[in-house]
Amino acid sequence: MPDPLLEVNAIDAFYGDFQALFGVSLRVEAGQVVAVIGANGGGKSTLLKCIAGLMSPRRGDILFDGKAVGGAPAFEVLAHGIALVPEGRRLFPSLTVEENLLIGGQLRRPGPWTLDRVYELFPVLAERRHLPAPSLSGGQQQMAAIGRALMSNPRLLLCDEISLGLAPIVVRDIYARLPAIVAEGLSLIVVEQDIAQALKAARQVYCLQEGRIALQGKAAELTRESISAAYFGV
Amino acid sequence: MGWTNVILQGVLIGGLYAMFAAGLSLIFGVMRLVNIAHGDLIVLAAYVALMVTQTLGIDPLTSLLLVTPVMALIGYALQRGLLNRTLGDDLLPPLLVTFGLSIIIQNGLLELFTADSRKLQAGAIEIQTFQLLQGVWVGLLPLIQFVVAVAVIAGLQTLFYRTALGRAFRATSDDQAVAQLMGLDTRHVFAMAMALSLAIIAIAGVFLAVRANFDPSIGPARLIFGFEAVIIGGLGSMWGTLAGGVILGVSQAIGAQIDPGWQLLAGHIVFLVILAVRPQGLFPKVSG
Repeated sequence: MPDPLLEVNAIDAFYGDFQALFGVSLRVEAGQVVAVIGANGGGKSTLLKCIAGLMSPRRGDILFDGKAVGGAPAFEVLAHGIALVPEGRRLFPSLTVEENLLIGGQLRRPGPWTLDRVYELFPVLAERRHLPAPSLSGGQQQMAAIGRALMSNPRLLLCDEISLGLAPIVVRDIYARLPAIVAEGLSLIVVEQDIAQALKAARQVYCLQEGRIALQGKAAELTRESISAAYFGV
Repeated sequence: MGWTNVILQGVLIGGLYAMFAAGLSLIFGVMRLVNIAHGDLIVLAAYVALMVTQTLGIDPLTSLLLVTPVMALIGYALQRGLLNRTLGDDLLPPLLVTFGLSIIIQNGLLELFTADSRKLQAGAIEIQTFQLLQGVWVGLLPLIQFVVAVAVIAGLQTLFYRTALGRAFRATSDDQAVAQLMGLDTRHVFAMAMALSLAIIAIAGVFLAVRANFDPSIGPARLIFGFEAVIIGGLGSMWGTLAGGVILGVSQAIGAQIDPGWQLLAGHIVFLVILAVRPQGLFPKVSG
């Protein structure tokens, strides 16, 4: 087995006294798409926050390309090449679309993604580049949030609930662009409630239930029954 | 032409008030910190300029070349060393800490420089005047001060909306956590904002000290003028801040013309009326 790009080893994470993750482990190989699914409150977003540096795991470690990044602040983690598309998009409302993208690229990590390439991937953003971010539709905001994360030229992109609050046709449209992103050599972790979408996009799937990995395996090999068992714990 | 002169003087001093206000509004905008020590830092800048002019024998306006970077460095260090630790969801800790800082600065200056009134001497420039219109006279120094104030406001506006640093300020103000995700070290962004605020304080402090006497105790009153200019103009708008300073200056000038005892009172009354009638200020930031 080749050395993984990202290795999460048995991490525990807490919100105050509340434990959100219990010994969660996960591997992402270079160029791979990994899906993390599970019900609300299962710890999916917490896992991404720990990887992106917004939270420090209390125990366990996170290795990125062999280097320990667990507990490092987010701006350092980004410099290593891990970018997060946060849940709910969270564009900067007082910035224009283009300024949002430029903020994403301000570390100037070298790589394939530039303003022009992002506009090529999402042409609608180019038309609205000078508008304030809140004037975009939900789907366009999601595209801008993905573009903003890509601007840092990450090696690993974390996407938290891309489909949240979007119409199915928009979700399909956005997922249709993911192969073009992966083709640039990126690895991807997608966190989703939309299981069908996640299974289609990913090769490896992890299911989190109440802070523990309840199921993991190749997307093609998991049955509907095993997933719903892991999902609901029945 | 009496009233024209009065209003013109009010407009010119309004530039100084706008400079008091600009740094205050910048800090509140970027990090939601109400800097109670703002006025005392203005007085500190005046004393730093006093030391520089006396030691090097240069005139006060030239001393800005040294005083401005020194104050900016103090601002950066103050934010990294102290104020960043007070920031959080609660507005109270930074308020209390800067209140304490205000007392420390006042008493420190009192120990070092005594309570004697001081003034910076700018030489002949202080008394030069010229006739703008028939019967309307303008002092060269107040005019320079106003032009500098407009330049400071225009510079801030450009910095905020045209540069990467300004973008970082606005992004951090919008959402600190996501700003970190974009690779911004918010502790550094905040320190840069405080450095910029204290650079403006340096300019304001030197003009204040050339214009009138100062002693260690006058900081809090400058803080009030700054606050009033910010609130009148509307938070988040730099040109509004300039307008707020001018309105305050003109109110005070008109008050003083009616009765010398009414100078400060007139300013406060106009401030209270605007606060009551239009609490968002005259030129609030247009949202969206």
